[in-house]
Amino acid sequence: MELKDKLISSFLAFEEAFDLNSDIHELRTRSLKEFEQLGFPSKKEEAWKYTSLNSVLKPDYSVFPKKEDTIEYRDIKKYLIHDIDTYNLVFIDGIYSSHLSQTTHDKIDVCLMSSALSKSKYKPVIDNYFNKIVSKENGFTPLNTAFSKEGAFIHIHKNQLADKPIQIVNFATGNEAALMIQPRNLIVVDENAHVQIIERHQSLTNNPVLTNSVTEIYAAKRAIVDYYKIQNDRDTASLIDNTFVEQQEQSNCSMHTFSFGGKLTRNNLNFYQRGEHSDSTLKGITIIEDKQHVDHNTLVHHISPNCESHQDYKGIFAENSTGVFNGKVLVDKEAQKINAFQANNNILLDDKATINAKPQLEIFADDVKCSHGCTIGQLDQDSLFYLRSRGIPLKEAKALLMYAFANNVLESVKIPEIKKRINHEIAQKLGVSLGFDL
Amino acid sequence: MLRIKNLHASIDNKEILKGINLEINPGEVHAIMGPNGSGKSTLSSVIAGKEEFEMTRGEIKFEGEDLTELDPEERAHKGIFLSFQYPVEIPGVSVTNFIKASINAHRKSQGLEDMKANEMLKLIREKSEMLEIDRKFLSRSLNQGFSGGEKKRNEIFQMAMLNPKLAILDETDSGLDIDALKVVANGVNKLRNKDNAVLLITHYQRLLDYIVPDVVHVMVDGKIVKSGPKELAYELEEKGYDWLKPEQV
Repeated sequence: MELKDKLISSFLAFEEAFDLNSDIHELRTRSLKEFEQLGFPSKKEEAWKYTSLNSVLKPDYSVFPKKEDTIEYRDIKKYLIHDIDTYNLVFIDGIYSSHLSQTTHDKIDVCLMSSALSKSKYKPVIDNYFNKIVSKENGFTPLNTAFSKEGAFIHIHKNQLADKPIQIVNFATGNEAALMIQPRNLIVVDENAHVQIIERHQSLTNNPVLTNSVTEIYAAKRAIVDYYKIQNDRDTASLIDNTFVEQQEQSNCSMHTFSFGGKLTRNNLNFYQRGEHSDSTLKGITIIEDKQHVDHNTLVHHISPNCESHQDYKGIFAENSTGVFNGKVLVDKEAQKINAFQANNNILLDDKATINAKPQLEIFADDVKCSHGCTIGQLDQDSLFYLRSRGIPLKEAKALLMYAFANNVLESVKIPEIKKRINHEIAQKLGVSLGFDL
Repeated sequence: MLRIKNLHASIDNKEILKGINLEINPGEVHAIMGPNGSGKSTLSSVIAGKEEFEMTRGEIKFEGEDLTELDPEERAHKGIFLSFQYPVEIPGVSVTNFIKASINAHRKSQGLEDMKANEMLKLIREKSEMLEIDRKFLSRSLNQGFSGGEKKRNEIFQMAMLNPKLAILDETDSGLDIDALKVVANGVNKLRNKDNAVLLITHYQRLLDYIVPDVVHVMVDGKIVKSGPKELAYELEEKGYDWLKPEQV
């Protein structure tokens, strides 16, 4: 059976576990219908022209996790930022793992979507925010909504500062021959509140995994959100990430996406600036090889005047890997005096590596500053010669130049341990030891 | 130490070096002067092993060993150092970390362990003081936002740290004011001894007031057309290069 049919036919069984009179039930049912109509996107659609899902949709995925599996902390420690204290929301095959997690309700809520969706005390927040800014351009988000059940629920109340970063980590154990996971996260950051979040999806075996993740982030007036996605999964794991960020006035949201691995990764990242003087940062480093595929599909929608957005994506593509950058900046007529900056720089290391870059600006206001630049090149031979003339061997010299190329994306990372972790993963990825810590 | 015989080199099938002969012995300082486009920088790049240039004829031997088949890093490991006219900027990698990578790469090629951190620190302190380099400078990203003078001083700092047998200084004086030039020249002079050698590539006689050469060569159109004692530099400064044409040799 095709994955689409399998999902549709398993919906009834999925729904049985819930209170069928709740509002969510109606939303799920409606969303399933939307998915039924939209299906999975194909290459015929402009936004998916360079990303084929054929091989990703082929395995016979289990769409329900059967039982909670236990994994030991020591087996997964390396996938966590463990040298600082953090709140952790750990999910194993889509099921919450209480023994690996650390939640809180002390001043801030760091807990589970399953409780937020079922407990009455969260109902006002759910009613206000759940599924309010998702787009329905393709079937993935409605599909996730139809099966929404578990994920992270984070609510930072007015004037509160999350006292430590929050990690959201999804593990796949390989207990199923092939597994589809659909995490659903909701992050509400109230006025003048501040939060830092790290998200990771990690498969622990080579059994195929398809993750269709949806995250909604709401930043109220003067809220600050720092979000980091670390994507360095196995070559048998694919990720469709759908993230929606809505910002009110004077809020500041940044999203850093580090894509170093995985079979196919699609990042649908959407920012909506609803308040004046809001500031959005979208940055990414992609370093991939073999047949890996990473697609960044970004939207910054400037709805309000006097706002800023900064996009900076760096890509390094080796062997047969392919990259896509599709960055859209949409400036409404009312959004005067905005400053939108977009840069996408790529290095192709091999003849067979490919990048498809497509910046799009749609500007309906007349007093704005918008810039975009896209480059595709190779490592600079003069620079390589310089490093080699200092005794640094070719492989290390290349690594240093790649690191230098991607560096300005790292500069805006605010958590030093994340920077250290990313540097480590880059060095490991490039297979070099440089005689110093990057 | 360095022996170049009838060296021809070209880039994109265009011949730049048209039969260079040059011999440098330990303890010597040689200067190569010549007009723009005469091939001076090409010669330094070819000695250091830049791959874009094709050696079509002749030979380069360093301490009796043929360099032709060696990679740039292997030549560096043997003790050849090139101070660049336009050093490369490496954002995110500090001067200190870069020199650590360089020194440890040299040590690795000799089968040695990485240099101990305190030893490295001591060496860095010693050499940076010699070149009047501010400590803050060392934590900045390599060459990023450096002034022309800072870049050149940083090149000589790397030379001091690596202690090469043959240092080729390609237009090290360009972009330097007189005070910076003195500091750089002073540093080079302090590093000189009977076992190492220096090859200066320059347009101007000015540098040679501070680093006094044993031999001055004049290069025109890919050939060394005249060699002589240091006084030759003054003559060139006065008369220019026009009186020296390749066909006169």
